[in-house]
Amino acid sequence: MWRVGTVVALRDETATARTISLNVPDWPGHVAGQHVDVRLTAADGYSAVRSYSIGSAPNFGKRIELTVERLANGEVSPYLTQEVAVGDRLELRGPIGGWFVWRPQQTELIQLIAGGSGIVPLMAMVRSRASAGSTAPFRLLYSVREPEAVLYRDELKALPTRDHTVSVTYAYTRAAPKNWPQPPGRINASLIADTTWPSNLGPTCYVCGPTSFVENAAALLTASGNDPHKIKTERFGPTGDLR
Amino acid sequence: MSSHAYDYLDGNAAAGELSKILAVDVTAAVGQCAHCGATRRFADAHVYMQCPGVVARCAACEHVLVRLVSVGHRVVLDMRGITYLSLDTKLGSAT
Amino acid sequence: MAIISRGFLGRRCAADAKLPPGQYLTTDFPVLSAGPTPRVSVDKWEFTIDDGNEVLKRWDWRSFRELPTESITVDLHCVTRWSKLRTFWEGVSLDTLFEEIKTDAQYTLVHSYGDYTTNLPLDDLLSKKSWITFRFDDDDLAPEHGGPARLLVPHLYLWKSAKWVRGITLMREHQPGFWESLGYHNHGDPWREQRYSSDE
Repeated sequence: MWRVGTVVALRDETATARTISLNVPDWPGHVAGQHVDVRLTAADGYSAVRSYSIGSAPNFGKRIELTVERLANGEVSPYLTQEVAVGDRLELRGPIGGWFVWRPQQTELIQLIAGGSGIVPLMAMVRSRASAGSTAPFRLLYSVREPEAVLYRDELKALPTRDHTVSVTYAYTRAAPKNWPQPPGRINASLIADTTWPSNLGPTCYVCGPTSFVENAAALLTASGNDPHKIKTERFGPTGDLR
Repeated sequence: MSSHAYDYLDGNAAAGELSKILAVDVTAAVGQCAHCGATRRFADAHVYMQCPGVVARCAACEHVLVRLVSVGHRVVLDMRGITYLSLDTKLGSAT
Repeated sequence: MAIISRGFLGRRCAADAKLPPGQYLTTDFPVLSAGPTPRVSVDKWEFTIDDGNEVLKRWDWRSFRELPTESITVDLHCVTRWSKLRTFWEGVSLDTLFEEIKTDAQYTLVHSYGDYTTNLPLDDLLSKKSWITFRFDDDDLAPEHGGPARLLVPHLYLWKSAKWVRGITLMREHQPGFWESLGYHNHGDPWREQRYSSDE
């Protein structure tokens, strides 16, 4: 049940988030949106398990990437973002999840809505789309606390210029960049109306982030006419940690 | 009398633990709540995992759907809160 | 055999005091819950002791708060392996609540607001072993920790200390509660590591 991955690379995404690249010799492949459970065991046998979304696209062979956000009073995230070194081994269970996934065979319009570290599985979908050469139209609404918290910043910036069928909109909840047209705040009905696919086009929607974010965003999507059966959600708990 | 705090996860978070006893991906399954009759995707269940086991509750009425306890090598799954689970086995595979 | 994660300690402290077997010391106070936090207002709150047929005693918040209270300092041991030492509570002893109750029932099933239940022998509630507590650390007991009132039975694993307690039913035999019906121990003594029904 538990696979062993070896850390082959580390990349700081922001002051508090880090991408861990793992080589997993028996990795069976995965689908964008899936996650792994990571188990840490102390020398005295104490163990803790946490779930982390896979950020890398499915075509990476035996290598997967997890992007972990460090939570102030987290038990596992401080270790993964500050202690783990190249060469360390981590126990993983997965890939897990068959509902909150996007496969390149899907050709319909896709609406992605990310809150904070909820961007990770949605980025796997964006990357999966690129590596599969899919032309499915994607819109991403990415809500973060402040500009410094944006993950995958350069990659997201390059996206719409390379491919006009992908668009990215940012929303800031605590501090916005200078001259930003909207004051910081939670996403609301008018942002949904202005930046997401019109509901009558019947997009499949993926919403991921802290639980309160997901409930708010999903309710807004439903209120604007999206079919609830076409809204897929993944909740990361109150603090943004998937557990 | 339920919480206004969004202190739950969802069925996606429980899937790893449930895979100890269920061979299929449970997140895509639709289940019927034995208490209120709501049929919902298991991925949307309200899941509590900060306790001596895993508890999944109906998002509509908060009654317990499923409880899972791992005790050493033994896994106990109580599903009395679900009337049935329905799964499209073509959709449900991991890759 | 699990891979040991170099340098991983979790939330534990490096120096452990004398703890029950398999426990680790923590300094924070984890909130472990099997469901949404009930929001119980004290105007509607009541606590009852019944025998399965009739209510033997009932208190509302006012009559409950008129009872004599005690301040206690106890250690907490959770079956999920964390222990927190020297926690400070104020509450009403179950001996006070059971003063006028005559019963030959030997077991109890404790009920909470919400759907949580736990069972334990009546003996483990009496003789200065348990309290209905409403203050923790000099403050009103917060809802996420079981407020307005929770049962506190510190000599047993903390899952027996039912949060949001609403009543106790006297029983003639064990009736497994929420976790016990899935294999957790009917008694739950941390010093004998009675976590699961297969332990002893």
